[in-house]
Amino acid sequence: MVSLKEKMIHRALLLLSERKVDAVLGFQRGTIPMMSHPILIRHPEGADQLHWDSFCSTNLANYLPQRKERIAIFAKGCDSRNIVLQILENQIKREQLYIIGVPCQGMLDRRKVQAELNGRELLGVRETSQHLHLLGEGFMDSLERSSYLQENCAICTHRNAVIHDELLVEPVLEQEGVDRYEDVRAIEAMTASKRWSYFEELLAPCIRCYACRNACPMCFCPVCFVDESTPQWLGKSIDPTDTKTFHFLRAYHLAGRCTDCGNCERACPMSIKVRQLTKKLEKDILELYGYEAGLSLDQSPPLDTYSPDDPQEFIR
Amino acid sequence: MADRVIKKSEFIELIDRLLESYRVYAPVRQQDMTNFQEISAADQVDLSLANTTMSPKSIMLPQSETMFEFNVDKTSDQAAILRETEKDLSPRLIFGIRPCDAKAFQLLDLNFDTVAYKDPWWVARRKTTTLMGLACNAPCSTCFCTSVGSGPFAPEGLDLLLVDVDDYFLIQVITEKGEKLLNEEGIETEAAGAMKQAALASEKSSLQSIKSVVSAASLAQHDTKTLFDSDFWEEVQFACINCGVCTFVCPTCWCFDIQDEVHKDNGIRLRNWDSCMFPLFTLHGSGHNPRAQKLQRLRQRFMHKLKYFVDKYDKGVACVGCGRCVQQCPVNIDIREVFRLMND
Repeated sequence: MVSLKEKMIHRALLLLSERKVDAVLGFQRGTIPMMSHPILIRHPEGADQLHWDSFCSTNLANYLPQRKERIAIFAKGCDSRNIVLQILENQIKREQLYIIGVPCQGMLDRRKVQAELNGRELLGVRETSQHLHLLGEGFMDSLERSSYLQENCAICTHRNAVIHDELLVEPVLEQEGVDRYEDVRAIEAMTASKRWSYFEELLAPCIRCYACRNACPMCFCPVCFVDESTPQWLGKSIDPTDTKTFHFLRAYHLAGRCTDCGNCERACPMSIKVRQLTKKLEKDILELYGYEAGLSLDQSPPLDTYSPDDPQEFIR
Repeated sequence: MADRVIKKSEFIELIDRLLESYRVYAPVRQQDMTNFQEISAADQVDLSLANTTMSPKSIMLPQSETMFEFNVDKTSDQAAILRETEKDLSPRLIFGIRPCDAKAFQLLDLNFDTVAYKDPWWVARRKTTTLMGLACNAPCSTCFCTSVGSGPFAPEGLDLLLVDVDDYFLIQVITEKGEKLLNEEGIETEAAGAMKQAALASEKSSLQSIKSVVSAASLAQHDTKTLFDSDFWEEVQFACINCGVCTFVCPTCWCFDIQDEVHKDNGIRLRNWDSCMFPLFTLHGSGHNPRAQKLQRLRQRFMHKLKYFVDKYDKGVACVGCGRCVQQCPVNIDIREVFRLMND
């Protein structure tokens, strides 16, 4: 991982000093273990702040919409897919971007790691290619990296940037034979009443902080329906009906636009598995339209556009 | 008031007894986190984590609370008359609250219990709630309570403070309310000198273990407008996604919104937590928003906590150093760094 970081610094330094871009979007080391901090670097002397490890999971595309300057961005597979969608939906222009693909082995889930600690405090982590070493007062544990991937990363089939101006290193092997929808099928198989109580339980801890929405690179409406006040569509309390309405509608807005980057789930302070909603819609879009979001600049999300051969069996 | 002592095994029985006369709130495990909940049996309590994910703020200031009910049927003689919604204000006990969170209640008193204005429910809940705190023998690396007027063993705001000493809890009696509870339950054994020594040793080692330090000393002297116009906000705000996590997990963020919800002829007037991070927080009826930009909203949160509050009340900063926002911010905006930028 050290070499990736050094390569990033080197590239940022060059791009900024040659004035090929106005700014570089990347990560700074976090102030606590297993966290990282997105930064926009404008001067070559700032390049050495860049950092890279398995906790740089924030989707950097979230910082692109409506920016005016020329930006170099370090993009994992998921970031790159969101960049494609943002270009298609006129949030940023392709020619403004210098995309540096960062092949990704999957990001690690800090909450899964924390669960191993049983209340002991983590003071630092050290990474090797296969392991994560946890360091604390009087302990050093080693975890098998592959068992602590974020859930979306474990089933990711696009780890390399789908669009880029250069690759930082050689591409990684894509995972094959992944069953992306095992959990969705389990929910589909439930009776309606069981499914309803499943969703009720799933969303009950929600505190309506909107971290899931704001972490999403595809949530860029100038005013979210939740924030509209004339008329107000939704109650502001933690009434279960209002909370569910928020989550269901948000998920529907992402049908065919979600890349399953996992930023929503990662941001949720209450550890709600909000991807359970977006994944079902991802599966439906794949089955109905054969479309995976953000793989190509030639294909708009199916619900953004119309084609005469769109499935229409639902019209009766 | 002399310190008392109780065996941990007896303490569990005490909590079960207290459940007969109090509604008891304590940290309860919810998957990988703990949060304060009303319990029905002592064995639900989980003290294995340093602190709860959410602060106990909602026990005093619920995230959403119906204040009034009304009727909008114009033919009724009750039309448009606000009736106060009945509330359960029977005695409550918060067990396992950390000193930082108890200190936060005192800071919120400055807003909800003033000479000019008293929030009736806040005042009533404060009065009928006894705070049985638990000292922090092992603070987190993100705890900076000692820099902001609290501490792992600080008594401020508590009625009783328990110190975990091997198989016992030493109980420091802080207020008469706390003493009354112990006397009623017959917890009268005074702590022996050795027990007090052990508690003091724990306090000393706990204080020494706090490495996270912020400085707030110059905040009062700094010119407000200069801080407001500082260049560093641009950098601090970049990563912010403007969610409400920091404000909702914060024990000292007290802002709320009032909303009416009407269904057919019946309406309720609600008070809900609000957040200065949300654009809607400051949206005017005209459509104008004085804090339309993310930078303005983020700056407001920190200026309120670390400057306006300091200047208005002269009681230090509106932060108790619990570290929740540091732990929970999805993009690692660290208030300790903002302290440094604002104070230096």
